[in-house]
Amino acid sequence: MDFVIELLVSALIVIGGAFALVGSIGLVKLPSLMTRLHAPTKATTVGVGGALIASMLYFTRADGALSIHELLITLFLFLTAPVTAHFITKSYLHLHPDVARELPPASGDCGWSTYNAVPADDAETESDRRPHE
Amino acid sequence: MIGYALLFGYFAISTALLLNLWRLAAGPTLMDRVLAVDTMVINAIALIILYGIEQHTKVYFEAALLLAMFGFISTVAYCRFVLRGDIIE
Repeated sequence: MDFVIELLVSALIVIGGAFALVGSIGLVKLPSLMTRLHAPTKATTVGVGGALIASMLYFTRADGALSIHELLITLFLFLTAPVTAHFITKSYLHLHPDVARELPPASGDCGWSTYNAVPADDAETESDRRPHE
Repeated sequence: MIGYALLFGYFAISTALLLNLWRLAAGPTLMDRVLAVDTMVINAIALIILYGIEQHTKVYFEAALLLAMFGFISTVAYCRFVLRGDIIE
């Protein structure tokens, strides 16, 4: 049983390290920022996740008690990764207005929400349309 | 066996950190550099966890958690500063 757990911990560490490396290679090799955003998500999910699950297994076996506090880091990273990517993309779109010309047209009347706010009169009619109590 | 796996993990993550450093120095746009620092923080978290396994102690768990929080907050603060010219309005 000890051998199985040791094998599992080693495999998880190797997988995690390999994915962290792949994510950073992608960060260097991909051509533009919008494509580069894709690569480090591998390092965030599988890379750190593999190391954390390895740590959970290792300390559970070593101490003889369930060790789940590593899940906190996983949960935190999984919650914050999309927010970070969203902020970086939004800042990029505002720093480089020429990118806007390559964007596909928006389906609504007001264009892309990060560039064009909803016009004020539309907002008023929107609130007027709400049912009164 | 865990020792060899840890050696490989150290090698892979250190190489990843060097590649991130290259992107941080060479990144053509400002947001490339922010993304590189964000990825570096994530790789550093993995490195700290592997070190905790090797040293057989749970002390470094708190360091990893703090690094995760501050990495997120600093990235958001920087993007906010670029977007609005201010962090807390």
